[in-house]
Amino acid sequence: MKTQALAQLPEIERADGAVVRLFNVVKVYKAGDVEVSAIKGITFNIPRQCFSMIVGPSGSGKTTLLNLIGCIDKPTQGTIFVAGQDVGTLNDNTISDFRAQRVGFIFQNFSLIPVLSAWENIEYPLMLLGVSAAERRERATRMLEAVGLSNQRNRRPNELSGGQKQRVAIARALVKGPDFVLADEPTANLDSQTGASIVDLMRRMQEEYSTTFVFSTHDPHLMSRADETFTIRDGQLVDHVFGGNQC
Amino acid sequence: MLTLKIAFRNIFRNTRRSLTTLSTIAIGVTAVLVFGAYITYIQYGVQTAAVQRTGHLQVFRNGYFNYGTAAPADWGIDRYQDALRLIREDHELKQLTAVVTPIQSLAGIAGNFENNTSKPFFGTGFVPSDRDRMKQWNEYGTGSQGLKHSGLKDNDLTQGITGTGLVRILGLCDRLHLDGCPPIPKLAARQPDPSTNALATPAPDLDDLARRDKPVGDALSQEPVIDLLAATAGGAPNVVTLRVSRVEMQTLKELDDNYVGMNIGLAQNLIYGRDEHKVSGIVVQLNRTEDLEKARARLLALSKEHGLDLEVRDFTELNAQYNQIIGMFRAIFAFISAIIAIVVLFTVTNAMGMSVVERTGEIGTSRAMGIRRQGIRKQFLTEGSLLGIMGATVGVMLAYFAAYAINHSAITWSPPGQVGRVPLRLYLIGAEWLIVITWIGLLVVSALAALIPANRAARMVVVDALRHV
Repeated sequence: MKTQALAQLPEIERADGAVVRLFNVVKVYKAGDVEVSAIKGITFNIPRQCFSMIVGPSGSGKTTLLNLIGCIDKPTQGTIFVAGQDVGTLNDNTISDFRAQRVGFIFQNFSLIPVLSAWENIEYPLMLLGVSAAERRERATRMLEAVGLSNQRNRRPNELSGGQKQRVAIARALVKGPDFVLADEPTANLDSQTGASIVDLMRRMQEEYSTTFVFSTHDPHLMSRADETFTIRDGQLVDHVFGGNQC
Repeated sequence: MLTLKIAFRNIFRNTRRSLTTLSTIAIGVTAVLVFGAYITYIQYGVQTAAVQRTGHLQVFRNGYFNYGTAAPADWGIDRYQDALRLIREDHELKQLTAVVTPIQSLAGIAGNFENNTSKPFFGTGFVPSDRDRMKQWNEYGTGSQGLKHSGLKDNDLTQGITGTGLVRILGLCDRLHLDGCPPIPKLAARQPDPSTNALATPAPDLDDLARRDKPVGDALSQEPVIDLLAATAGGAPNVVTLRVSRVEMQTLKELDDNYVGMNIGLAQNLIYGRDEHKVSGIVVQLNRTEDLEKARARLLALSKEHGLDLEVRDFTELNAQYNQIIGMFRAIFAFISAIIAIVVLFTVTNAMGMSVVERTGEIGTSRAMGIRRQGIRKQFLTEGSLLGIMGATVGVMLAYFAAYAINHSAITWSPPGQVGRVPLRLYLIGAEWLIVITWIGLLVVSALAALIPANRAARMVVVDALRHV
């Protein structure tokens, strides 16, 4: 399962400081004969090495937007540049390799591989990239320590609490050193205290690893934690707030 | 390695379902192997019986096999002693052969004048000691395939063997005291036909004359006597007397009702009279069946080198029943194997299909993390193959256990084409090809069964898979 063709991928376009650029992106789903417009012509940039938040009520199109940014879905219309690459032009294999190398995912329901231990789940993305065993061991162990789960190393996901699972998911997303991490409502399945600690952890990791975080939530209280906030409603960008933090 | 690790762990994630699938594969493999081992035993058993009876190869005068049985005297091998010596003394054949011996086939009428009974017979003349040696052949260890000793002597031309049916028909059962051989029942007296009465009923004095005509020694002997009438090579009728020293039940009723075995000298006396004695064939029994083609080639080469007009036939041609029995069992085996393969196919497809549905979210996650479609396909194919490997391996072990248990039990049976009961055996040891083919076959079937679910998993749309609950 080692990814290939990574060398063919273009270098990140750093000139304008944006890791993701969307131009008039439209996404329409078909549910039987009915067409549902989930995203209705959104244009914006996500800045590099920032903790960006996409905020909106349930059904506003946050997850669809993150799926498009994360290259696991294709827009019906419009163009998306991720790390300088027009992802609409890539075939399935190339875009899979692109995700393996450059995108980290944190899901609402954790989505850990149930038959792998916490440590193995973190090691997994490195195996996909063909990283040597020694380096995998070193990086996965360091990441497990960074999320405070060294003593849970050999536990399977079903032996971990929700917060612990999400910590493993954060470590898994970051271990390969991606260009950006997408977190789709990572606190939705957690109690408020655990959720807050997870946001703190993500924030700390974002700063520590100087990576880009794109975080979706429907909780407006978390807006204060973001460097930039994009508010969407009914598939349209309705507000863009720059938090003023240097990132 | 990662794929294998995930596959192995996923198999034991749903233990009950995996055990059911593994059991199906294992039982399927066991069934195929046990039946295959049984067929191997049957094949060896039938082959042993055939080789003990007819040898591996028989050398005939060219054309005898197709035309000679109607007139064996006309198709005899001239100067057969020379041909026999040639074969026995050939350096290459000497290494390969166990027995090289002449035989004479013949047909005629067998009669028992004491009971006024007669019937057509067909028989074989052989060298008794060679026949006894041929009966010792047991390359595959299938055990006794019939009587090992004829009880005849090379220098005694008077004794012979008959089928049980022949002595029954000739009314010799009461003289021989055989089990299951009842004497001829007395028929209700017919109403005499006045017009033919004088011709049909022999006069009492003629009947008495016939009885007096019997050799004196026969009346005193314990062994009953039959007379054999046949046409000589010159076309004249000839009669010899045979003392029935042993009765052997033959495998087929037709054979049992007609068979007479005798010393080859007696057969030659009957067929050739005072003319040159010939033989209808030379039997070649090999030490090992695998040398058959080599021996055949050498025999043909010898024939050509010495200008002999001979043909060589092997035991499968001489025993038409052999190919029929083996063919029938192989057809049954293929049918059973196909059914088991289909059952395994559906079981594994079902198990893998359920696994794909259950792991839809996991498939979405893996794809999002960058695994290609072929990576997902490979994952499920590996799991299907692993199920096949484990199930087939357990099946092989179970088959060995079953074979051991049956081979050490006291179960006996009568194989096709044989008379006596022999121990039932399963020939798994020595049937490595069967084990390898079955193991690989079930592995391939399991992998193929996983292909459809694996393709379904690989084709999943990532966002749909991630949304799946």
